[in-house]
Amino acid sequence: MLTAIGSFLLDPWEQAIDRRALLELTLVGVTAAALGCWVLFYRLPFAAESLSHALLPGLAVAALAGFPLVLGGAAGLVVAALAIAAAGRAPRVDRDVAVAVAVTGMLGIGALLALAPETPPGLSELLFGDVLGVTDGELALTVAVAALVLVALALLHRPLLAVGFDRRAARALGVSATAVDAALLLLLAATLLIGVQALGNLLVVAVLVGPAAAARELTSRMAPMMALAAVLAAVGAVVGLAVSYHLETAAGASVALTYVAIYALARLAAWRR
Amino acid sequence: MSRTLIAAHGLAAGYAPDAPVLTGVDFEVRAGERVAVLGPNGGGKTTLLRTLSGDLRPLAGTLRVEGRIAVVPQTERSRLDFPVSALDVALMGSLSTLPWWRRPGRSVRRRAREALAAVGLSDHADRTFGDLSGGQRQRVLVARALVQDAPVLLLDEPYVGLDAPSAAQLDGLLARLASDGRALLIATHDVEQARGWERVLCLNRRQIAFGSPGEALTAQVLKATYGAELVEVAGGGLLVPPHHHHDHD
Repeated sequence: MLTAIGSFLLDPWEQAIDRRALLELTLVGVTAAALGCWVLFYRLPFAAESLSHALLPGLAVAALAGFPLVLGGAAGLVVAALAIAAAGRAPRVDRDVAVAVAVTGMLGIGALLALAPETPPGLSELLFGDVLGVTDGELALTVAVAALVLVALALLHRPLLAVGFDRRAARALGVSATAVDAALLLLLAATLLIGVQALGNLLVVAVLVGPAAAARELTSRMAPMMALAAVLAAVGAVVGLAVSYHLETAAGASVALTYVAIYALARLAAWRR
Repeated sequence: MSRTLIAAHGLAAGYAPDAPVLTGVDFEVRAGERVAVLGPNGGGKTTLLRTLSGDLRPLAGTLRVEGRIAVVPQTERSRLDFPVSALDVALMGSLSTLPWWRRPGRSVRRRAREALAAVGLSDHADRTFGDLSGGQRQRVLVARALVQDAPVLLLDEPYVGLDAPSAAQLDGLLARLASDGRALLIATHDVEQARGWERVLCLNRRQIAFGSPGEALTAQVLKATYGAELVEVAGGGLLVPPHHHHDHD
């Protein structure tokens, strides 16, 4: 039994391409999971999903013009953030409705561009990522962004905790809630950028929300929650890629579904306690 | 004479410059004073506290505050599902004294534990904030203010939702903080309780009165402060209907 599980989990890594995919997904997973804990407690999952969907036109334009996708993703994020902010302020329209319309519109424009005959990679690569096709440059970017986000999270831990707990008292404590919110959104944008290249812009939210939500069921302090979420994200990357290898299913989707399964198991464990 | 910690002159406060919630506010608070901030709902109590804490900018007039200000908000306003212990919350007070990117060292942690002990919660340091009773949560927030080492404390309806023993415990704590030389502004609905404190500030969209309870709490002032909310009781007395305080948690 143990050897069966062992070979199920160890066999997939004989090829360099699979080992790189695992490294990419683990780095993205650990970063997104730690950040995801703050995303949950700052009630930002909808913002994360909106941003990741709305950056598709940027990716598609980059693919059309032959720019690196990551540049397109970054530009797409800026445009998406501005569009969402503008939609949220639209007079006499419910905020969620305005944002949903703007995001769906951006996703539609992105799909339209991506399906143009001139666009080299298929739409599916942009929507669902291509973790097995990660280049050296993309891996290097992931390492840099992951390090940056994790260091920023360590430095910002106290202000994030104070503002998330009690926004009103932040000013008196000498912390600007607006600055902390802005910093968190910047970190979210940076993490989405590396997440999108691994998992695509439809599935990236799974790694941001799944491990964090699972860890939230099992812990009651922020630092342990972030550590557990990071471990669960790494486990999910191994299991998801192994499942994808053995069952010959799509890598990104297998990993995303593994995160959902991990959340369901955590929920079950918390409920039984 | 003790130091003046807050001086407000001709102060107007609110959220939009053309629509002040509160006007004509003139008062001074000295070290060692407990000031009851009385008024109906919507009368401007919270707006005044938010202006004093720097959360809102004064719309007119001058406001001078000596030293740091600590805010003790209503506990329902803080996140009860937030993954923090009582000690974590007390440690948040150190953001005022320790740069935000530094980890609190041993001396800061000791100060946070001492603050929890000062509010009678040394045994609860590791409990989750949201699992504590209303009175205990209120005292944790006071401990956070103590770690901030602020000479001025603003308390927004701290007695709401407390049972009688918890309210008595908070009374004793506030008296002790004042005798240590702090100034306390306490938004409250309880006129009877305010009679036991040093100063009373009555607000109803403008300042109705400021002074010692003996001078300020006249029938006329109470009528102007509470208007229709006031109930006349047999024998000619006036009663402010209790709002929510002294309920059980």
